[in-house]
Amino acid sequence: MNQPDMHITVGGVVFKNPVLTASGTFGYGKEFEPYVNLHHLGGVVVKGISLAPRRGNPPPRIVETAGGMLNAIGLENVGLDRFISEKIPYLKEIGTRVIVNILGDSLEEYQTLAQRLSEVEGISGLEVNISCPNVKKGGVAFGTDPAMAEAVTRAVCTHSTLPVIVKLSPNVTDISQIARAVEAGGAQAVSLINTLLGMAIDVKTRRPRLANVVGGLSGPAIKPIALRMVWQVAQAVKIPVIGIGGITTTEDALEFLLAGATAIEVGTANFVNPRASQDIVEGLARYLTDNKLSGISEVIGGLVVP
Amino acid sequence: MNQFEEQGEIVRQEQLAPEIFRLTLTAPDIASNARPGQFVMVRTNPGYDPLLRRPLSIHQTIGNEQLQLMFKVVGKGTRMLAAMSPGQRLNLNGPLGHGFDLAGKQAICLVGGGMGIAPLYFLAKEILRTSKPPKCVVLLGARTAAEFGPLPRDFMDIGVKETHFATDDGSLGHHGFVAELLKHHLDPANNWTVCTCGPHPMMKAVVKECRGHGWQCQVSLETMMACGISACLGCAVPRGDLSGPYLHVCKDGPVFKAEEVAWL
Repeated sequence: MNQPDMHITVGGVVFKNPVLTASGTFGYGKEFEPYVNLHHLGGVVVKGISLAPRRGNPPPRIVETAGGMLNAIGLENVGLDRFISEKIPYLKEIGTRVIVNILGDSLEEYQTLAQRLSEVEGISGLEVNISCPNVKKGGVAFGTDPAMAEAVTRAVCTHSTLPVIVKLSPNVTDISQIARAVEAGGAQAVSLINTLLGMAIDVKTRRPRLANVVGGLSGPAIKPIALRMVWQVAQAVKIPVIGIGGITTTEDALEFLLAGATAIEVGTANFVNPRASQDIVEGLARYLTDNKLSGISEVIGGLVVP
Repeated sequence: MNQFEEQGEIVRQEQLAPEIFRLTLTAPDIASNARPGQFVMVRTNPGYDPLLRRPLSIHQTIGNEQLQLMFKVVGKGTRMLAAMSPGQRLNLNGPLGHGFDLAGKQAICLVGGGMGIAPLYFLAKEILRTSKPPKCVVLLGARTAAEFGPLPRDFMDIGVKETHFATDDGSLGHHGFVAELLKHHLDPANNWTVCTCGPHPMMKAVVKECRGHGWQCQVSLETMMACGISACLGCAVPRGDLSGPYLHVCKDGPVFKAEEVAWL
């Protein structure tokens, strides 16, 4: 039998397979070079970039929880200029799609990032983190208000020639409503979910375990919630959905694809098993072969609800 | 980057003290590339509880094939590690981070407290192997004599001529803190390089003592970390002057010059 066809298309861009790495869990790619054949992956979504470098939150920044972890890194990153000069030359050569995750605290910052990154060779798309606070609107997160989510999406789309994926926050009442808003704003795809807001307390000291008090929960613990949200959003929008949230094994990835995701991102699992993303690529190919399926498209959206 | 993921085969599990264990495993890629002060990330179980790997410093390498990890049982992950037995395989990746830098140093003092002693044994071996004539004083602290297990003898066996001890209960050596041993045993006429690893308050006291004498001091730090390879950015520590970007223990360390980091 021929090799199964693993390719998928998002925003007009062809990816060799549906397995990407989630922003903030894979550095700028190079960190995983000793463990993963990067060119085997469908794509790499790099650590979120802001216009100016960000220092991030004070430590402690992470804490382990049951089946997961909380993080409050605070979007530490090298900033756009250093990203372009120091990280892009390497990323251009890794032989897979590079998606740049961007974040800002104003519409103007998102616009500038979109514009400047569109001029950089070697980037296949933007993933827009809209979970950040809008400082001009009293710090309310862009991603929690449909109108603001639509506005930031439009700001990026009108200033960029690259396909735009908007990464949705699960910390909302109705994620489908936000998904429809960003679709209306021009997004070519949505990715979900970002981390769920949580906290942990040290009962001996009565202090929060994170210096930031609250942080984002990720890992296998959040998978059922992520899967439910992906399923709901896949029915609510026409653009492709990229599933994220606790994906650790091939079976996890298959669940998201069946629920309607066109692609998936592997996140916290990269910390637990640095080879996780590649293992899932190989596992999906094996699944297709074992089940005599010609391609991954036969899996996507294949959920059977009796 | 000389980093590897290996399925290390456990060849020996020793209980050194009630809650302290030493694991010997065959992991040739990591063992043959490891330097004193570097660490590995250990997956304590294949499931999700605990989820994250545990950072453990390398206690020593044996030839180019084996490495040893010494650890104290402090939670679920280390308890699982303590329950493993010869023949079983343990997934680990490394060697990670920067180790100690002793190029050209002649008078070296190693100060270890509790599990912080673990990487200093690897370092002592390396000093005795490479520097001639080596002047190497080892100062070790623990809560009780029993907690040292066989370590006093281990340091003697590799040829360390001068080792002094401190215990919280006075059951071996000085009754008090190991940091107090510096002024008792280090001749201020020498230009010492002090390498230390242990609980934060202990290292802080060692750093203060070194600063008073103008001695160089290298510290090995421990923090929470999820990945060990500079992807999660969880292991941030503030710089000595509290300004600029944070340092990351996994990549910039775990060994730092004392003045590089803040002693809060």
